[in-house]
Amino acid sequence: MNAWTQRLQKLLPGGRWLVIVPPYVWMLLFFAAPFAIVLKISFAKSQIAIPPYTDLLQITDNLLQIVLNLDNYLYLVRDSLYFKTYVSSLKIAAISTLLCLLLGYPMAYAIARADASVRNVLIMLVVLPSWTSFLIRVYAWIGILKNNGLLNNFLMWLGVIDQPLHILHTDVAVYIGIVYTYLPFMVLPLYANLVKHDQRLIEAAFDLGAKPWQAFLKITVPLSKAGIIAGSMLVMIPVVGEFVIPELLGAPDTLMIGRVLWQEFFSNRDWPVASAVAIVMLILLIVPITMFHHYQAKEMEGRLT
Amino acid sequence: MKRLSAPKVSTVWLAVGFVFLYAPMLSLIIYSFNESRLVTVWSGFSVKWYGELMRDEQMLNAAWVSLRVAFYTATTSVVIGTMASLMLTRFARFPGKTLFGGLITAPLVMPEVITGLSLLLLFVSMSDWFGVFGSRGIMTIWIAHVTFCVSFVTVVVSSRLSEVDKSIEEAAMDLGANRAKVFFLITLPMIAPALVAGWLLAFTLSLDNLVVTSFVSGPASTTLPMKVFSSVRLGVSPKINALATIMIGVVFVAAFIGWWWMAREEKKRKLDMQLAAQKG
Repeated sequence: MNAWTQRLQKLLPGGRWLVIVPPYVWMLLFFAAPFAIVLKISFAKSQIAIPPYTDLLQITDNLLQIVLNLDNYLYLVRDSLYFKTYVSSLKIAAISTLLCLLLGYPMAYAIARADASVRNVLIMLVVLPSWTSFLIRVYAWIGILKNNGLLNNFLMWLGVIDQPLHILHTDVAVYIGIVYTYLPFMVLPLYANLVKHDQRLIEAAFDLGAKPWQAFLKITVPLSKAGIIAGSMLVMIPVVGEFVIPELLGAPDTLMIGRVLWQEFFSNRDWPVASAVAIVMLILLIVPITMFHHYQAKEMEGRLT
Repeated sequence: MKRLSAPKVSTVWLAVGFVFLYAPMLSLIIYSFNESRLVTVWSGFSVKWYGELMRDEQMLNAAWVSLRVAFYTATTSVVIGTMASLMLTRFARFPGKTLFGGLITAPLVMPEVITGLSLLLLFVSMSDWFGVFGSRGIMTIWIAHVTFCVSFVTVVVSSRLSEVDKSIEEAAMDLGANRAKVFFLITLPMIAPALVAGWLLAFTLSLDNLVVTSFVSGPASTTLPMKVFSSVRLGVSPKINALATIMIGVVFVAAFIGWWWMAREEKKRKLDMQLAAQKG
């Protein structure tokens, strides 16, 4: 009986494939295939119709032609606004990643060195805010940074300033918002890395006469390189395309590419240009995404052995 | 005698970080009980904004849409994410494993505007070619949310799966259980906490999503974040503070219960191990 069922199992497509096929097909169909369609539509022409773009395949005089319209890309190159926006997005993403690292590294370090019994509670306290609504946490800063908001009221009450500081709707507010919402994504991978360090290495360095800061710079920081890269990528890549934070906290002229894409799509209803903007953004991000994937794959393999 | 030492720099920094993380949320909670419409001027205690929130039909409808989508999304993501985790941690090489690894990690960092735009263009093209997804709504939002939630669930579940001792599974297999039986009787109970964590994570990610949802939703399906966003764009409103307080409250109570339950299970496990050791 058992032999029969085993033989039957060999004949049927193995249970293995039942596990492999659904996630594979889902991700291919809904994550990979759409990029091909974005690429296709970035070569189309915008038109007032449903859907609002032309077809690439055209049949004229029994001739099947593929018409690739390069206008959208030329438009991105010619209009200096787009170039400036890409540069400014990368700059904002880089600076806020650095700020997250400066604030997050000592936090992760302190938690990793804390007593084992409180570590879990501390890391939960770091993660917990990101389980509440992202939108609402950005909204909280409007009330704080406004001209007659909490921060200005507090500083005027202290007598530090007598004119309200103009912070909301500036780049400073955008940086605050980004660091605030993305900080947990920096602290988590750093903590996961730092907590695994062998303390004896630091002790050895002390025994050999190293000062605490020397031990930190020469041992702890190099050992945590993988965590620094993972945390930085987890912050930087999504921030490049961030829309909500510059929209709610930034100035009307805070240039970020996610916002431009949103406007091209929803306000101008120019789907082909929005697609071209997305394709260029993807090309810019392909190297960081590959770096992140490489780290993530290594992390998973490292756990396996 | 214990020497009093100055607290370490990193400990002070940790405290600063926690103030930074929690002060804004605290300000939201305090001003949700403010009488005045002006969010930042205190004029007396009142719960009237909670009443206003409860009477806002549109807001409640949007919340109901969001809760339903989040429930479907979380459930689907846990099923698909568990399959994906098994593929990555338990299966030897198979054709396309590397590609699949890329497909699973990329959504973790992909900017939302790109994911949203590409999924919308997919739905539009599919309705053009095959006549499906013609009307966008809960169904298309569900598909879009599952697509990025699966990655997060996979990270949570596969890190648990790689901690599980494989020799227990192998022992069951040696005793004649087939793969399916091993999974449902041995592996599943051991990774259950990760499945719960993954489900909750997917639920909150879905409940909170604005950008992807805005691209793929139809005119008849407004979700809670879309409603909140359009109201926040017009400025601060005590009603949103009330909503924020409810959300923060639910998350913290749930987190506390989860923490208490896990601590209790851990204690029980240790006690069981002690008893077993005594008997042996």
